[in-house]
Amino acid sequence: MTVFILRRLMQSALVLVVMSALVFLGVFAIGNPVDILVSPQADQAEIARSTAALGLDKPLWQQYLVFLGNALHGRLGNSFVFNEPSLRLIVERLPATLELAFSAMMLAVVLGLPLGLYAGLKPETGFARAIGVGSILGFSLPTFWVGIMLMMVFAVELGWLPSSGRGATVSVLGVEVSFLTWDGLKHLILPAVNLSLSRIALVIRLAASGTREVVHMDYVKFARAKGLRPRRVILVHVLGNILIPVVTVLGLETGAVIAFSVVTETIFAWPGIGRLIISSITVLDRPVIVAYLMMTVFLVILINLLVDILYSALDPRVRLGEGEARA
Amino acid sequence: MTALTDGTRLAGGVAEETPLRRFLQEFFASRLALGGLVILAAILLIAIFAPWISPQNPYDLAALDLLDGRLPPGSASADRAITYWLGTDDQGRDMLSAIFYGLRTSLAVGALSAGTALAIGTTLGLIAAYIGGRVESLIMRLVDLQLSFPAILVALILLALLGHGVGKIILALVVVQWAYFARTVRGSALVERRKEYVEAARCLALSDVRIMLHHLLPNCLPPLIVVLTVQVAHAIALEATLSFLGIGLPITEPSLGLLIANGFEYMMSGKYWISLFPGVALLITIMAINLVGDRLRDVLNPRLQT
Repeated sequence: MTVFILRRLMQSALVLVVMSALVFLGVFAIGNPVDILVSPQADQAEIARSTAALGLDKPLWQQYLVFLGNALHGRLGNSFVFNEPSLRLIVERLPATLELAFSAMMLAVVLGLPLGLYAGLKPETGFARAIGVGSILGFSLPTFWVGIMLMMVFAVELGWLPSSGRGATVSVLGVEVSFLTWDGLKHLILPAVNLSLSRIALVIRLAASGTREVVHMDYVKFARAKGLRPRRVILVHVLGNILIPVVTVLGLETGAVIAFSVVTETIFAWPGIGRLIISSITVLDRPVIVAYLMMTVFLVILINLLVDILYSALDPRVRLGEGEARA
Repeated sequence: MTALTDGTRLAGGVAEETPLRRFLQEFFASRLALGGLVILAAILLIAIFAPWISPQNPYDLAALDLLDGRLPPGSASADRAITYWLGTDDQGRDMLSAIFYGLRTSLAVGALSAGTALAIGTTLGLIAAYIGGRVESLIMRLVDLQLSFPAILVALILLALLGHGVGKIILALVVVQWAYFARTVRGSALVERRKEYVEAARCLALSDVRIMLHHLLPNCLPPLIVVLTVQVAHAIALEATLSFLGIGLPITEPSLGLLIANGFEYMMSGKYWISLFPGVALLITIMAINLVGDRLRDVLNPRLQT
């Protein structure tokens, strides 16, 4: 287990280095990094000072190391627009995005699991077919289009829910959250539903196909033959066994949800990092772009690593299967 | 219904049955798939002939009349020349024409990027499966790395670093998609490689390139076609998303996503049609491709049939 974790840790570190090199080279390749990392309004003296400070008179590989060192210390340049350290801007807005992402994941589990379980247990019923069609729709409808429709129906036409912003927030342990106030909760519903739809579809599909497989297993038949109540068979024997793949896939999807919140945040004007990055790209606020990319890449790699370790702890076959996978 | 009974009768054993005929019969046994194919064909025709069937050239500024701006669906133009069946946008552009032209751009970008990704992914996947060893692990590591990042994040990274433009968005979509093709091809090529006909071809001292292209590739086609349909739909959806966010196609190449984005700001004031109709067009396109793709998967992959 320790070996496995160590190896995965090394791989993750390698990927992080590769990605940072790509971002660095990308920034370097577009043009003079002085233009990119120093405000366009800077005068000659300031540019010379920054060039030396950024180490731009050194060879490329050394510059990369300096960039890495700065990144590790959280120095990724000041935003041109806000004139604040870009990393601080990202960290300030991260809680809003994470709240949205986790609400969406919660919805996916709470709605997707029971629906998928039902569709897997009674595949012939009309409701199960409706769930199937719904999950295909959830997969193929583009998130932004669903978001617009949700907004049009529930915010503009019916006027039930607010269409933009985060609403009132409460500070919990120094972090602003909106799901604890009624107003904030109302603001959270539409974006969270929007972001979660394709994940709900995913969970339904996984749960339904898993259930269809598991109900024919001997241990389920045996549990039924023992005379256990159907409720207990479903909740313990069936659900317990389909949970591992569902949780794993969903865990890996967390990164995608955070990345995809770009779309939802833009539509519902949710003040998270997604909205920040889109406006930064439009005004070419490059330090913020670099900070966002590094932060998101780091989050995705971290999440993948954690899910892998958790999964191998839950299911030893993953660790043992490593060697024979190449055969 | 007749198609279905025909299918069962033929499956009972008729001599002149060819794989292609059986395939077509099985495909059309599903009415949903037939509907999807018909709609897809109609959309393709509209996209190809957009300049001839549109009531108006939406990007010829001389043809636009600002007085016609933001008219609801069904209104007539100021000079009574045409009726705007789907309304107009803020420039006085006929939405129906704009959607026809938008479909053209969306489909072209989707097909071009999925096609390029197919070519690159297939080549690398075949090489990985055929050569094996270090080349294979290098290529497959790249695939794993690529697939561990969400598609939209990869597209964001590339577009943020490279800037806007048709070529750049196609490049971004190709980078996002090639790995799916490589993984699929490698998977089936690995199975095929061990079969006797490949060994026979080797014994004939045929060149590696010839074996890969003439022997391995044709036998990897079925899963590849399925992945291609899915990825074309993905490419169209992703391009629309990026264009909607304002980091995709430039305003000079208006795709459906851009039309939706243009209408978004007017939605709050109840002018729903500027956003709604391009969205419906996008939706129908994606659903039609997916219906065809779903059926293809069922027919081409007997293992998935239950």
